[in-house]
Amino acid sequence: MAEIIIKDEQNLPQDEQDITVHLLLEVLYHKYGYDFRNYSRAHIKRRLLRRMALDKFEDLEAMLPALLRDKELLEQLLADLSINATEMFRDPSFYKRLMSEVLPVLRTYPQIRIWIVGCSSGEEVYSVAILLKELELYEKSTVYATDFNEKILISAKEGIYPIELIKGYTRNYQLSGGLSSFSDYYVTKYSCAKFINGLKENIVFASHNLVTDSSFINMHLILCRNVMIYFDKVLKNRVLRLFHESLNGGCFLCLGTKENLSGTDFEDKFSVFAENERIYKKKLI
Amino acid sequence: MSYKAIAIGASAGGVEAIRKILSALPSDFPLPILIAQHLQAQKNSHTEDYFRKYCRICIKEAESNMEIKGGTVYFAPPDYHLLAEKNGTLSLSTEGKVNYSRPSIDVLFETAADAYESKLAGIILTGASNDGSRGLAEIKRRGGLCIVQDPKTAFMETMPASALKLINADYVLSLEEIVDLLVKLPKL
Repeated sequence: MAEIIIKDEQNLPQDEQDITVHLLLEVLYHKYGYDFRNYSRAHIKRRLLRRMALDKFEDLEAMLPALLRDKELLEQLLADLSINATEMFRDPSFYKRLMSEVLPVLRTYPQIRIWIVGCSSGEEVYSVAILLKELELYEKSTVYATDFNEKILISAKEGIYPIELIKGYTRNYQLSGGLSSFSDYYVTKYSCAKFINGLKENIVFASHNLVTDSSFINMHLILCRNVMIYFDKVLKNRVLRLFHESLNGGCFLCLGTKENLSGTDFEDKFSVFAENERIYKKKLI
Repeated sequence: MSYKAIAIGASAGGVEAIRKILSALPSDFPLPILIAQHLQAQKNSHTEDYFRKYCRICIKEAESNMEIKGGTVYFAPPDYHLLAEKNGTLSLSTEGKVNYSRPSIDVLFETAADAYESKLAGIILTGASNDGSRGLAEIKRRGGLCIVQDPKTAFMETMPASALKLINADYVLSLEEIVDLLVKLPKL
């Protein structure tokens, strides 16, 4: 794959702490292959400072040798930097629209391929899987759930969530227009709810790094919600190119409630399908 | 001094307080204003529409990578944190709630303090939580200007009172006095 050089001009470090943040990111990239250099710098700094305080490092500089030597800190930082506050059927009106207007369109395809980007702990994935089941589209669908964090993929695969969250999830499910009973989809054990195997059969959990990896193909629906808010403009454009290449013409891209395509290189390559829900359609030409 | 930006945090009673402040500012007010107002999480907050009815200054809901421009007010969208970047843009985040809030005033103030250092004025208004106190302390630590609404004049005094417990503000003012100071700020 051709090497993409992402200019760091906008993020030139100005003081010692910033220099250290810059160096930590360079280590993450050059030593471990995880590229956060084009993420929102303020967000990155906050996460690093939080980890510094939690692990009681004297200062950010002290994290450098630790990161160079210690896989544990690496794993911890990857977890810190990939946290995406997510819940089942977050933004029920979005899922309602998905169920009533987007998925029925996809019914016409013999096979449906769906990509859920930055799936984190999997709540969005199981939400979509449930909708597919209820529309009787599940059998001919494959859902690709990707994240760069391999640890979180393992937990997403398990599909186990604390029972305290289920009440809120149930309400969200109902508001999204769920047709049956949310409890049909999980079994409870101790203080946890585990999603049934029937929901997992057609889900492929895979490691994929938006910054460095290449596109998928022939996707009918891509969900990338509240992931690109962490990217700077350069990375956002790179990722949109990936999505554009991965989608079939006339197929759908879904963003988070406060995200859009304006100001990006791909504004003109998508039409707006549902403005309020940030659902876009790849133009045919 | 030459301030470069203003950051405002408010909670319960904040809409009214912010309206009083913003509606008094001229359309050519030169500085950007970043606001974290605690609101119920909802998709269409109608914030822009509401404030535009009363204000001459430009009102916007913040978007990721949006450039921060003078003479414009940027509101954090409901259920997102608002962060100020050193490169003069805004970022959003869906990270966990801070002080039970998203948007959190601490998140805005701390990132703005990092971005603008001493060239930032931070204002804590009415509210029922203590979100924003630590953020204002960070602004103070960086040499910025710290303004707190006089708790006696606030709809809910908890938030300004909490800030005053943590730091010595540069000014403790009523809303009208805050307006007077803001109008003078670009010339300071």
